[in-house]
Amino acid sequence: MLKNDSFANVLYIDLTEKRFWIERREDLFNENIGGSGVAISLLHEECPENCDPLSPENPIIFAVGPLTGLFPLASKTVAMFKSPHTNNLGESHCGGRSAIAIRMAGYGAIVIRGRSDFPVYIAIHGNKVYFRDASALWGMRSSFTAGRIIREKEPGEGLRTIMRIGRAGEKQVSYACVTTETYRHFGRLGLGAVFGSKNLKAIIISGKRSLPVVDNKQYKRLYSDIYKVAVSTPAMKKYHDLGTPQNVLPLNELGGLPTRNLKETRFEKARELSGENFAENYLGRRIACAHCPVGCVHIAVLRDPYGDEPYFYKTSMISYDYEPIYALGFMLGLPDVPSFLKLMDKIEVLGLDVMSAGVILAWATEALERGIISIKETMGVEFKWGELDQYLKAIDLIVEQPNEFYQALARGVEYASSKYGGKDFALAFGKNEMPGYHTGPAAHLGYSIGARHSHLDNAGYSIDQKVLTKKSLSPREMAEALISEEQWRQILSSLVICFFAREVYKPEIVSESLKVAGFELGIDELKEIGKKIFYEKYKFKFREGFSFDSLRLPKRIFETPSPLGKLDEGYMRSVLEHVKEIIK
Amino acid sequence: MRLVVVDSERCVGCQSCMFACSRSHGEAGLSKTCIMVRSVGGMEYGFVIVVCRACENPSCIKVCPTNALSRRGRGGVHLDISKCIGCGNCRDACPIGAVFWDDEINKPMICSHCGYCVNFCPHGVLKMEKGEGRHA
Ligand code: SF4
Ligand code: SF4
Ligand code: SF4
Repeated sequence: MLKNDSFANVLYIDLTEKRFWIERREDLFNENIGGSGVAISLLHEECPENCDPLSPENPIIFAVGPLTGLFPLASKTVAMFKSPHTNNLGESHCGGRSAIAIRMAGYGAIVIRGRSDFPVYIAIHGNKVYFRDASALWGMRSSFTAGRIIREKEPGEGLRTIMRIGRAGEKQVSYACVTTETYRHFGRLGLGAVFGSKNLKAIIISGKRSLPVVDNKQYKRLYSDIYKVAVSTPAMKKYHDLGTPQNVLPLNELGGLPTRNLKETRFEKARELSGENFAENYLGRRIACAHCPVGCVHIAVLRDPYGDEPYFYKTSMISYDYEPIYALGFMLGLPDVPSFLKLMDKIEVLGLDVMSAGVILAWATEALERGIISIKETMGVEFKWGELDQYLKAIDLIVEQPNEFYQALARGVEYASSKYGGKDFALAFGKNEMPGYHTGPAAHLGYSIGARHSHLDNAGYSIDQKVLTKKSLSPREMAEALISEEQWRQILSSLVICFFAREVYKPEIVSESLKVAGFELGIDELKEIGKKIFYEKYKFKFREGFSFDSLRLPKRIFETPSPLGKLDEGYMRSVLEHVKEIIK
Repeated sequence: MRLVVVDSERCVGCQSCMFACSRSHGEAGLSKTCIMVRSVGGMEYGFVIVVCRACENPSCIKVCPTNALSRRGRGGVHLDISKCIGCGNCRDACPIGAVFWDDEINKPMICSHCGYCVNFCPHGVLKMEKGEGRHA
C-alpha cells in the first residue's frame, strides 16, 4: 500500500474507559488487503477464546477496503464479532454510506471494545471521536426515530453514515440487526445484540478527504473503464430495474421457492409478490449505496388508511428485496404486498434480521399446527399461514420476551427447537436460519459449510443452476467448487466489492485496480491470499467449537423435492466428508 | 456551456458525480468536490444536488472584496485564486451553499461547469446545456 495512505489507520475505541486512539497497522493491511481479511486478523487479536458474545470482551470490528473511495462498487463495510446467535464467527456486510464514510474519515478499520455503563452513541468526525449520552434514545419504540434525532443533531450531512439498533438490539435478541441509513443492514448473526450488550445505541461517522494514488492519469483511465462496464453490463442493470425480487417468478417456476416452512416450493401468490408487481404498483424510489452507480435499493410506498377518518393515510416507505419477501411472504404465506410491507415495517422499526425472523415464525406456525406447542406458550397468538395480525403480535412479543417461549424464539430456531422439539422442520444451518433457495444440494451445502453460513459465502444456488443445465458433480468436485468460489469471494469481500459486481471485478481488473492503490498483487497471489483468509476464518470457527461432524441438516430439506429432485442425504454427507478432508 | 440539474427526482444518491468532480481536480476521494448530493431529510424523500447554478447576477461575486471572482463568458463564475484572500464572504453569500471550501489552502472551490461529472451520472440527472435558463 502507499506510504501516506490513511487506510492503514485503525481507530480503537474503548467504551469502558471512553477513550480512543489510532494505530498505524500497515502490516495488517499489506498482508490481508482489507475488509474480511483484516477483520478476521483483528478478530483473532481481539476476541478471547470462548468469550461470551454478549460480554464486554467481545469486540466489534469494522473494516473497509483499499478500493473504497477510489473505485465504484467497493461500497461495503465488513463487520466481525463473535455471534451471539451461533456462538461462533459473526460476519456481516453492509453498504449504505458506511464504507465511504469510514474511509473518508481516515480509517481502514475500527475496533470497538468494552462496555459503557450508560447508553451512548459514538460520533466519529474525521480524527475526532465523541462519546454522547444516548439515554434519551434508549428504549425508544422506533429505530427510525432514533436515526432521525441523530441526523438532526450531528454534522456531516451527505457524507455520513448512521448505524443504529432498535429495541431488538437493546433487548439482545440474538438476531438483532444494525441498520444504516434506514434501508441497509448489518443483518445477519446478531451484531445488533452485541451493540445492545455494550450499551451502544448508534455510531455516526463522517469525513471528507483525498486519497493517494500511484498515477493519477492511469487512475482516471481505469476508473472510466470500470465505470463503463458497471453501468452497461446486463448483469448489473437487472439489479437496478427489478432488483433482486426479479428472482421470484423464475424460482417459483422451477419449484425452488421455499414456501410455508419449506413444506412446498411453489407459492400460489408468487405473481402477487413478484418483483414485477412490486415495481409496477408499489415502488416509490430507488436509491444507491455511496459510490455505487447501480442503485439497487428499492423502496416501496405503503398507504395505510386510518380506520377512524376517511381519506386519512399513514404513508410509509419500506425497502424490499428478494430475501425479505421470501422470509415473510412465502415462508409465512402472506397473501399480498401490503401485508408483507406491514410486517416488514414492524421488523424494521424493532431492528431484527428479517430472514431469521421469518424462518422462526414459520417454525412456530408449523409447531403450533402440529401441537408441539399450544397457545398457552404463545400467549394466545394463533400462528397461522397468511395471518398477518398474529405475526405482528408475535414480533412484539419476541422482542419483549415476556415468557420462556418468546425468550426461546428470541434466540433462534435452533435453540427453540432444541427446547420444544420440531428439529426436523427447524430450518437452520450452522444455527443460522435458512436463506431463500431450495434449488438443489449445493444451496444447502453452501449454507452449511460457508464460514458464516450465508448464501453469499459461496452461492451454492448458482452451482445448482449450473448442474441443472449440465452434468452432475461428484462429491469431490462439488466440495471443490464450493470452496474455491468461497476462497475467491474472500478477495472480493476484502476489497469490499459488492457481490453483485463480481462480474465487473474479474481477477485481472482486481489486480489492476489494486495497483493504483499501491498493492502489487498478481492473480495467483490474490488467490493465495483468498485461501489464507478462508483458513483464518475456519481457524477461528474451530477454536470456538465448530465441527463438521455435528453439522445438522434439517430433515425437511430431504422431504420436499427441489428442482433437481429429492435431495440425497448420502451424497450430501459425502460432500461434507470431502470438505472436511480439504479444510482440516 | 453550463451544468444543469435536469431532474433531481431521478437521482439515486450514488455520489458518482462527487467522486468524478474530485478526480477532475486531480484527486481521488471527496475533498476536492464542487458538487454535493445530500438527502432531503431522509433518503425516502430523495436528494438535492448542491452545485453552482451559474446565477445571472451572482451573490458570490458581489461580496468579494478583492475582485477574485468574475463572471465566466457563458455562465458560471471564475475564481482567480491569486487574488483571493480566503475571507469566506462568497461561501456565506451563496444562497444554495454551492461555494465549497478547500481546507488545505483555505480558499473556495466553485464549479467551473466543465461537465466531467455529467459523464459519470448514470441516471440522467445532470446535463450540459447552452445558454441561460433555469432548472429544478
Ligand atoms: S456560487 Fe452560488 S451564488 Fe455564485 S453563481 Fe454559483 S450558485 Fe450563484
Ligand atoms: S474567499 Fe476569496 S473569492 Fe471568496 S469572497 Fe473572499 S476573496 Fe473573494
Ligand atoms: S451521479 Fe447522478 S444519480 Fe448519482 S448522485 Fe450524482 S446526480 Fe445523483
